[in-house]
Amino acid sequence: MTDEIEKKVYRGRIKVPYKHTAGAYVEKFITEIGKNNKIFGVKCPKCGEISVPPKMICFKCFEKMEEWVELGNQGTITGFTVVTHSTPVMPLEPPFAYARIKLDGADTDFVHIINEGDPAKLEIGAKVEAVFKEKPRKRILDIEYFKLI
Amino acid sequence: MTNKTAVVGIGQTKFRSKRRDVNIPEMIYEAVKMALDDAQLEPKDIDAIIIGNMDHFEGINFSELWTGIDAAPGYLKPVVKVATGGTTGSSLAICGYHNIASGIYDKVLVVGWEKLNEGGATTGIITAFDPVWERPSLAGALGPLALMAGMYSAKYGITSEQAAKVTVKNRSNAANNPYAHLQMPDITIDYVMSSQVISYPLRLHDCCPQSEGACALIYANEKEAKKITDTPAWFHAVETAHYYTFGTDDKMYDLPTATIASKKAYKRAGIKNPIKDLDVAEIYEPTSWSELSWTEALGFCKPGEGGKLLDEGITQMSGELPVNPSGGVLSTNPIGATALVRVAEAAIQIMDRGGKRQVPDVEKALAMGFGGSLWTEVMILGNEPLR
Repeated sequence: MTDEIEKKVYRGRIKVPYKHTAGAYVEKFITEIGKNNKIFGVKCPKCGEISVPPKMICFKCFEKMEEWVELGNQGTITGFTVVTHSTPVMPLEPPFAYARIKLDGADTDFVHIINEGDPAKLEIGAKVEAVFKEKPRKRILDIEYFKLI
Repeated sequence: MTNKTAVVGIGQTKFRSKRRDVNIPEMIYEAVKMALDDAQLEPKDIDAIIIGNMDHFEGINFSELWTGIDAAPGYLKPVVKVATGGTTGSSLAICGYHNIASGIYDKVLVVGWEKLNEGGATTGIITAFDPVWERPSLAGALGPLALMAGMYSAKYGITSEQAAKVTVKNRSNAANNPYAHLQMPDITIDYVMSSQVISYPLRLHDCCPQSEGACALIYANEKEAKKITDTPAWFHAVETAHYYTFGTDDKMYDLPTATIASKKAYKRAGIKNPIKDLDVAEIYEPTSWSELSWTEALGFCKPGEGGKLLDEGITQMSGELPVNPSGGVLSTNPIGATALVRVAEAAIQIMDRGGKRQVPDVEKALAMGFGGSLWTEVMILGNEPLR
């Protein structure tokens, strides 16, 4: 055999339709933003911290959190980046910002998007407010985006 | 010299095909809280956490971040994830043992879980097979297990009726286990035999279900164990055996890894005649046929006599060595938890907490894990520390 053997690459493709169960805490949060345009957190009975996104266990205290607290729809940017390239899965047409937001009254930060693509207009510490989708689809993007105020 | 290690707390969820009411951490928390309450321990009492599932099944890598901290008290503690396929639960159990036996920690929490209906188990399992040689033809859970059943049957003349009898035994045992997934007190051989053939010779009811749920165990060393419970379940031996690279490197009957691992474990635990010296066995039977074959491989009978062992009633609840009083894998299969449930049940039997499914006077129990790459893990537990 003198011919060079073709170095073949086997292409694999695995498609899996995952179904991630939301759970009661996600369900309540998503329902409130979609139906009532209200943002809720949960309070730890031990340390008193209010978590948004809400979840069942305060991981620092390992306590079950059952007290829901309404937070209002405004917060403060604690970090951001501006998205300039477009891909098919973008929540908004670029440019826009991905940001960490500390909602007023919350003790944790919350990841969402801001409809502002000019880095000069965005800053850590700037105030933002939630804008809700008119037709909710039971997902976190039922808060369509936050806007600078 | 290793430290004596015991199971001192047990928690498990009620296993079901779907848990749409809870997400993954919420589901795991149920088992963890139950184990902590069972051992009357606080989160602060746990030194380290070992947690495991199979990433591909739910499509979540780094699952230990989601689960080791939200669902188990892992904040600021060592959290390690273990994922070895079907053996995940037994690998977790053995890693937990090493953590205590080595003297590194005094008390550890071991957690196995799976939420199989969130993704595709077979899709996940396929990724364990060689992409060039095996994925197009043999990969997945059913194909190899069906091939094994066919070869085993051809070699020893085991019949479909004998296999069906295993499902009947295990799912009626499951009816006495409040945590089991498929509880069928009135199941008959005809019911199993008339179910659809899904991969010859396997019928639907020859196969384990897909379950969702979690199992959590707390281990402690000798000093701590005695403070926690009067009835610790002590580890006497843990063994793992690997065998092949391609599926066809294995004979695909007689499961050599089970023979290798069990022989070593028996030697270590001083077991000369498993049928007489063991009081109960919780084995990992993904199909009815595999239980017959595995009982041979584990030395409960000679090769080819698995059907006879069953027909003679030895592995029934009233027999000399009841196999799978919990209902086994044929009744409940949350993959990352499945082999850990075998260890949990072995401990439950030793602690005399089995309720309606309790085997009388259990002093020694065997727990087995089996994985897609045909490897086996065997553990022997006892009611006294091994001296």
